[in-house]
Amino acid sequence: MKNLQQKNEQEEQSVFNARLQRRSFLQYAGAGAAGIALIAAGCKKDRNFPDPGVEGVVLDFKDDFGVLNYAYALEQLEAAFYIQVASAPPTDFTAAQKAYFQDIQFHEIAHREYFKKALGTAAIGSLEVNFSAIDFKSKASVLGAAMAFEDLGVAAYNGAGVRLKDTNYLLAAGKIVSVEARHASYIRDLVSYGSFADLTTLGPLGADNGKGLDAALTPDKVLPIAGKYVKTKINVINL
Amino acid sequence: MNIVNILEEIEKVDGEIYERLNPRRAAMKDFFNMGKKLTLAAMPLALGSVFQKAYGQTVPTDVTSVLNYALTLEYLEYHFYNHAVEAAPGLIPAGTPAVGAITTIRNHEKAHVDLLKGALGDKAIGPLAYTYFDFTAGGAFADVYTNYQTFLAVAQAFEDTGVRAYKGQAGLLKGNDVLTIALQIHSVEARHAAHIRFMRSGGPNGGGVAVKPWISLGANGGANDSGVPAVDPVYAGEATETQTGITITGIASGVTKAAAVESFDEPLTAQQVLAIAGLFIKK
Repeated sequence: MKNLQQKNEQEEQSVFNARLQRRSFLQYAGAGAAGIALIAAGCKKDRNFPDPGVEGVVLDFKDDFGVLNYAYALEQLEAAFYIQVASAPPTDFTAAQKAYFQDIQFHEIAHREYFKKALGTAAIGSLEVNFSAIDFKSKASVLGAAMAFEDLGVAAYNGAGVRLKDTNYLLAAGKIVSVEARHASYIRDLVSYGSFADLTTLGPLGADNGKGLDAALTPDKVLPIAGKYVKTKINVINL
Repeated sequence: MNIVNILEEIEKVDGEIYERLNPRRAAMKDFFNMGKKLTLAAMPLALGSVFQKAYGQTVPTDVTSVLNYALTLEYLEYHFYNHAVEAAPGLIPAGTPAVGAITTIRNHEKAHVDLLKGALGDKAIGPLAYTYFDFTAGGAFADVYTNYQTFLAVAQAFEDTGVRAYKGQAGLLKGNDVLTIALQIHSVEARHAAHIRFMRSGGPNGGGVAVKPWISLGANGGANDSGVPAVDPVYAGEATETQTGITITGIASGVTKAAAVESFDEPLTAQQVLAIAGLFIKK
């Protein structure tokens, strides 16, 4: 763990240096090709770390920490959403629904804090969210957003698992994704009872009903969807 | 010790034994050839390994054996639900959403069986029929196909076991494209598990058994939150509070031990899962 962290810091420095040289900030789109260009630009020595010029956060997918930061970003988003819902639920939520949304809130907070601790100094900063598209007074709006977040979360973990090299982190991600799937199942049942695993409607997120497979999306597909709810600029490299 | 006689004896009670051992009968020659080279003393061991192969009950060590292990569990789940839908009249309340839900789950399990069988090709274990299983677990759940609540309780145990079983094999699939497929099955099982739990609790109207869609702390802080002591092994280790060395309880304000336990689903080892599955396989 310590070695991984040190190695990560070293590599991160070189990436930051490269970025300074190129003055090139990457968005999700085209990150792959641009990432290669950055690496090709090489490690010129200019030790300004951390880089004060970076706007937003950087998800560097070159190693497990990039994947964990990606998960950390998604958990930050989910936690912020449920904290807002739990603090002032729609008035037509039942007592049971309020209680379960409290539960989910604490699950997402636990996930967020777990990643923050696991990442240590490699953790990205706090994301600023933008929930202007959600009407927190409307049950339908809140459930719709919750369903979108949970299904996207399942797709994100399922699609990113193969990138993880450390067995313990892979297992941790596996322990979290099934809880997200339980959330998704419950919330879908509130939206339409019996739709807990409607894999047909999850097709756009990579599900395959004929094979009984749930959603799975690679980070380049997930981030533009999640990004609609995040003000902070998320820069992606080495994807 | 006459190995052929033994196989013939088994064939009387299990007509598919040769297919189970290997879908291509010709391959049985390999076994007999191998037998010639072994001493008499070594035979029971060799026989044991063949039977383990036949029934997919070995502890997985590579991608192929993980998939056969998964296939065994999917056969178990598929037959459990299929019998409920097709051959247990009156079990699932007619005209309720439960019929659609159980049918949906049955269809997913069938799709998983077909997917795994297809992926394994001629390495797949032979098909396991309904008659291979005993869903009463030797009488422990004698009314599983006549008492809807018993049926749901066993369903919950199977789904939660399924989630934990897939998770337990993640390490062997690490970095492999098969991992993504396994994860996609794994989260479908988790959706099933949450729904079965929600059904048990009475669905949107409530009034049922006190279980949440997620696995919480059991009575007296135990790991089994299902209210069914007979399925304790299904929940062994679920009350874990620490993840990769990080204590989750109290990691933030409001994160109680129950919240910490709910936030992370724990894996089961293959040995633990096979012990559970073994209870539902005819002796």
